[in-house]
Amino acid sequence: MKAKRGLVLAILLVLAVLAASAETVTITYWQYFYESKVNLVNELIKNFEAANPGIKVEQVTFPYESFNQKVAASIPAGEGPDVITLFYGWLPMYVKGGYLQQLPTSDFNKAWFDKTYYPFVAESVDFGGKYYSAPTAVRTLALIWNKALFKEAGLDPNTPPKTLEDLAAYAKKLSKYDAKGNLVQAGLLMQPSGQGHSWLREVLFRQFGNVPYNKDYTKVTYNDANAVAALKWYTDLITKDKVGYPNFATDDVTAFKAGKGAMNIDGSFRIATLNAVKGLEWGVSELPTYKGIKSNYASYWTHGIVSGTSGKKLEASIKFLKYLVSPEVQELWLQKVGELPATPALSEKFKNDPVVLPFLKGLEYAKASLFVDEAGQRNIMVNAVDEVVLNKADPAAVLKAAAAKEQAIIDGFWK
Amino acid sequence: MTLAAKRATTAYIFLALPLVFFLGVRFGPMIYMLAMSFTDWGLLRKELHFVGLGNYKAVLTDPVFLKSLGNTARYAIFGAPSVIVLSLFVALLLDLIPKGKAAYRLIYVLPYITPIVAVSWVWRWMFLQPPLGVINTILMALGLQAKEFLNSPQQALQSITAVNVWVEMGYCTTIFLAGLQTIPKEISEAAKIDGANSRQVLLKVTLPLLMPITLFLTIMEGIQFLRIFTQVYNMSFQAQGGPLDSTKSAALYIYQKAFTNFEMAQAASASLVLFAIIMAVTFLQLKFFDKKMGY
Repeated sequence: MKAKRGLVLAILLVLAVLAASAETVTITYWQYFYESKVNLVNELIKNFEAANPGIKVEQVTFPYESFNQKVAASIPAGEGPDVITLFYGWLPMYVKGGYLQQLPTSDFNKAWFDKTYYPFVAESVDFGGKYYSAPTAVRTLALIWNKALFKEAGLDPNTPPKTLEDLAAYAKKLSKYDAKGNLVQAGLLMQPSGQGHSWLREVLFRQFGNVPYNKDYTKVTYNDANAVAALKWYTDLITKDKVGYPNFATDDVTAFKAGKGAMNIDGSFRIATLNAVKGLEWGVSELPTYKGIKSNYASYWTHGIVSGTSGKKLEASIKFLKYLVSPEVQELWLQKVGELPATPALSEKFKNDPVVLPFLKGLEYAKASLFVDEAGQRNIMVNAVDEVVLNKADPAAVLKAAAAKEQAIIDGFWK
Repeated sequence: MTLAAKRATTAYIFLALPLVFFLGVRFGPMIYMLAMSFTDWGLLRKELHFVGLGNYKAVLTDPVFLKSLGNTARYAIFGAPSVIVLSLFVALLLDLIPKGKAAYRLIYVLPYITPIVAVSWVWRWMFLQPPLGVINTILMALGLQAKEFLNSPQQALQSITAVNVWVEMGYCTTIFLAGLQTIPKEISEAAKIDGANSRQVLLKVTLPLLMPITLFLTIMEGIQFLRIFTQVYNMSFQAQGGPLDSTKSAALYIYQKAFTNFEMAQAASASLVLFAIIMAVTFLQLKFFDKKMGY
């Protein structure tokens, strides 16, 4: 008798396990490795799984350098993730290739995007009326400075430069050289391959009176005297004023964290990173203006669902995506990562936070360049600066060649 | 079956495994790549179209590819002979010392057995500008000007070449030393009895007898420098092969075409161009040395 009962129990147990495992859907989520984001998503997954029994989410991350490569190699092969977070500049490529699926129009339609997001977000995720992704957070640029180094140079640590003229003057005061004239402390970190290329193309070009692209970013229009003046102003800081140079002390972020750079132009995503550096006292303010003109560059990472996901997994993926863009997560994202809520109304609460406010103000007038090949287009601007700085080439000629190259990339994409 | 036939069969069976591996993992993909180089295969394109020689035209007219080929040639022309000459010199010296040979050999071979990524990054940091870079700190302590090294389009390629010469020396020195030890002492002693001085012994006896090893190492090092990748990937900023493409090797160009631009077909054509060049160079080296080897 006992043996029989044991057998029945065992069978029931097996059936129960089978039933449970049949009900559990596991979806895979991919993002690039940025410590504060990865930690936050791990927390979010716990919350999400608790609220949605039967769904398991697995987070997989790759270093930034190889992320796009992993994505491009896996998604076409149908191997990779269900839900994925991509840089908005990569979106056109994946949408064109057909590797992201259109989000269900019942929830993600024009009315919803217009109501939920900043206008520049709603515009740049719209592919002819179809929506393939939705972001949680957006980022802008700001001037960050090291308060201790300001004090050391006899400057008021709570008064950052407000104009480009002041920025250059401050940078000179904050630069230090050794006996041989080598820069040992950069007044202003100059890193085109970091945020510098965006500061140039969307901020300085515009402040000097140029409009770098036509409205839909299909024509490059920074080949004019105003943009040349902007590039010259930027490269003069490196060659004439010697307040910083590309890759100084490996890169701008490393240099700033190590107290080797007094000022930097960086994004809101760096808040958590810089807060984690012990003993670093830093301030943040809106980007310096020029001739009264304000400009800023906004960007974001955005969540999509790959085209191969279907059935139960698709249902779970949509649920997870909805959770990722929910107001609750948007606020957590700001607190834990530093990226700003993509929904304007949610920002209101943070208007009194001195660190968040300058980035929020930048959002009011920010532009998001519509990249078709983010890496290629970035590299063109990085090389333009290098041509002027390292090869002493004429900025006008350099910019002309750069504009032609970038136009070729854009034309190649849309043809 | 005779015993000999049985043995031969066993040998064939064992040899077949690597053959299958070679066909499946090396040869198959190469044929596939050749076929794909005539299409518009891209990771993000779903359909394939035949484009004839379009990809070859695209890469061979791309100034960046031509520049990367030029860079590759410079890596090989500066790098390979430097390794051979330096390691031969070191091996000859090591052969002379009576004590501590093993310790010295270990020191020379250490860079070669260190992972190349680690080597690249350590050198990248040593090459940094003041106040961080060790090499510039030393230069300045000696009263010299700091150098730009990896930040300069003129010095970056030479800096990377120097690091790779340092790495490869360990390997070449070991092989040369082994070669020197196989040369029977009787021959050089006989030459000395006949009145040859040590310079003559070196030029007329030792070096000719080392010729097969020199040929082997020249070919291996030529290939090594022609396909240089990891060093450039890790020592140039953001793995771009910069500044201004001045360090970009053909292998890095191919990698970027494939995995940043996702243009697999163009990457395939560029690989075949590089493959043809390496094969031609190796063939020329064989011919050249074959003539010189008649001792």
